[in-house]
Amino acid sequence: MSTELNELQQKTQRDYRSNSLFWVTLRSIVRQRSAIIGGSILIFLVLVAIFAPVIAPYDPEEVLIGKEDIRKRESPCIHLLGCPEDQPQHILGVDGNVRDVFSRVIFGTRVSLFIGFSTVGFAIIVGTLLGAIGGYVGGWVDNLIMRVMDVLLAFPSLLLAIAIVTVLGRGLQNALLAIAIVSIPRYARVIRGSVLSIKEQEFVSASRALGGGNLHILFRRILPNAIPPLIVQGTLGIGAAILEAAALSFLGLGAQPPTPEWGTMLGSERNQVFTAPHLVFYPGLAIMITVLAFNLLGDGLRDAIDPRLKE
Amino acid sequence: MTQYTIRRILYSIPVLIGILIVTFVIARSIPGDPCKAMLGEKATAEVCARFNKEQGLDKPIPVQFWIYMKDIARGDFGESIRYSRPVTIILIERLPTTIELGLIALVLAVLIGIPLGVVSAVRRNSIIDVITMLIANVGVSMPVYWLGLMLSYVFALVFLDTPLWLPPSGRLTAGIIPTPFYEQFGWQAVEGTFRYHFLEFFSNMYILNSLLTREWDVLWDAARHLVLPSLALSTIPLSIIARMTRSSMLEVLRQDYIRTARAKGLREWLVILKHAFRNALLPITTIIGLQLGRLFAGAVLTESIFGLAGVGRMLFEAITARDFPIVQAFTVVIAVGYVAANLLVDLSYAFIDPRIKLD
Repeated sequence: MSTELNELQQKTQRDYRSNSLFWVTLRSIVRQRSAIIGGSILIFLVLVAIFAPVIAPYDPEEVLIGKEDIRKRESPCIHLLGCPEDQPQHILGVDGNVRDVFSRVIFGTRVSLFIGFSTVGFAIIVGTLLGAIGGYVGGWVDNLIMRVMDVLLAFPSLLLAIAIVTVLGRGLQNALLAIAIVSIPRYARVIRGSVLSIKEQEFVSASRALGGGNLHILFRRILPNAIPPLIVQGTLGIGAAILEAAALSFLGLGAQPPTPEWGTMLGSERNQVFTAPHLVFYPGLAIMITVLAFNLLGDGLRDAIDPRLKE
Repeated sequence: MTQYTIRRILYSIPVLIGILIVTFVIARSIPGDPCKAMLGEKATAEVCARFNKEQGLDKPIPVQFWIYMKDIARGDFGESIRYSRPVTIILIERLPTTIELGLIALVLAVLIGIPLGVVSAVRRNSIIDVITMLIANVGVSMPVYWLGLMLSYVFALVFLDTPLWLPPSGRLTAGIIPTPFYEQFGWQAVEGTFRYHFLEFFSNMYILNSLLTREWDVLWDAARHLVLPSLALSTIPLSIIARMTRSSMLEVLRQDYIRTARAKGLREWLVILKHAFRNALLPITTIIGLQLGRLFAGAVLTESIFGLAGVGRMLFEAITARDFPIVQAFTVVIAVGYVAANLLVDLSYAFIDPRIKLD
């Protein structure tokens, strides 16, 4: 009898656990095709970033003049595909400074993922604080915050980012800050909307009746429930941030050479597109695949988290 | 409706003032001395003092802001520090290129994106749907400048000496000079007058101008020059519009009234166009409005790749050269255009969906 009861208890506990919000969401994420594809590409990219020194045959900043018999902007040479064995192998060719493009593209994964996560992380933290305060406090505070956000949104984001970088000075760090500032309004709006609807719910009144302070209610009761739409926005935002950072670098405002950043690589060889197209093609392809991964994952997450949109 | 329109316009005013403040602050905080940037590092303190006085840069910042607001209200954006010419004139010269490019890109995006989205939704999970969504997903993830460079490589180099060849840069082939339409019409315009600049503005849109003057060779040449840049610029908006159309149509096609329309024996294309598409149009309009900002940002990159002398490229050059007046004027114009576009989108809701009462 007692073993049966025990089993029943364990089963209920298992059911409870497997039906918690986290597991339900995870299961429905796995069911989403685009989330699986995006997630898989992303895992692959993270592994590439972690093991970059192992995968890359050369140091990404190493200039190979005098070390190898090779000219600048040499086309790809792959031994397996019939490139003579006596020539050094560079599967994506070498760039204008005689550096191995493949190694630079591989190390570029690190830079791009760092850009994506750091800018969006920063923007989410600031945006959440602003949106949450605005939504919770209401009144003129809300009005002021949201009007500032409106003004920021009135500028095309890349233009505003270009202007901010010009004020702060060129360089990767300032480009990251500019992109983060430009994307704050997006998160502030999402959070404000969620906070506005959640703060009217009964459990919030209950918490207040139990004597919960404003900070406790906002950060422990309301915000945890406002997170799901933020995850979707954040994932899609990482893709956008990587694209914008690459655009800034392409214009010469972001990461500076010799940093192996994809946008910088593209920008410094853009005039060679007719003579050495491989120098433009591969960094751009890398940007596209990375952004695609985040977009697919974000779409999948949205379908998984927001059942209303489930098809 | 009128009341709502007025109120909506009034609501835009604080945003517009905010835009002016932000632009002013950004333009003034760009590090470096504009005098040294323009006259060279060797400019003496005396020369710089005179330069600053001429440009009004010696006055306190709040006074400068007040002068700036007053000038803008009169449509006077000052004189470019680098070119020593009125900014308004430069704007009139540069805007047509960007407007032409942006409009063609937007039209492409709408004309291709919406049908693709509708077909994808109607033939859901078919091969067309899968391919469209694949292209749309890849499209939104592509760097505009990369696509532009790749397109010019393929069409200008790979297809060299074939009928598919397309010019990789510029607006017209050297030697082709369009006749301004107003000259052909025999309209008089004295250089420097408002009338002249007004007419010049429209004649600088080569497609429009050559349609008016019936110079078909110019039209053909200008159109060929615009194919690659507008294709590159339209990819992202096209993908976004196609995706939005598809999901919005799917949502509507599930509704009961669609089943009713089918049940009463309406032809399928009527059900799709009249019953489903009209109701799916609202989110599509919103997303099209939002693309305008993207087009302007994309123009900075597209114009610099395809060697087009438009607003985007000019703004980028002005920012790096610390040409305050141009930065201020161009940013204000772009931001105001963006706000106006969103206003139009908001107002069009009532037109698209009569159930929405704007009051």
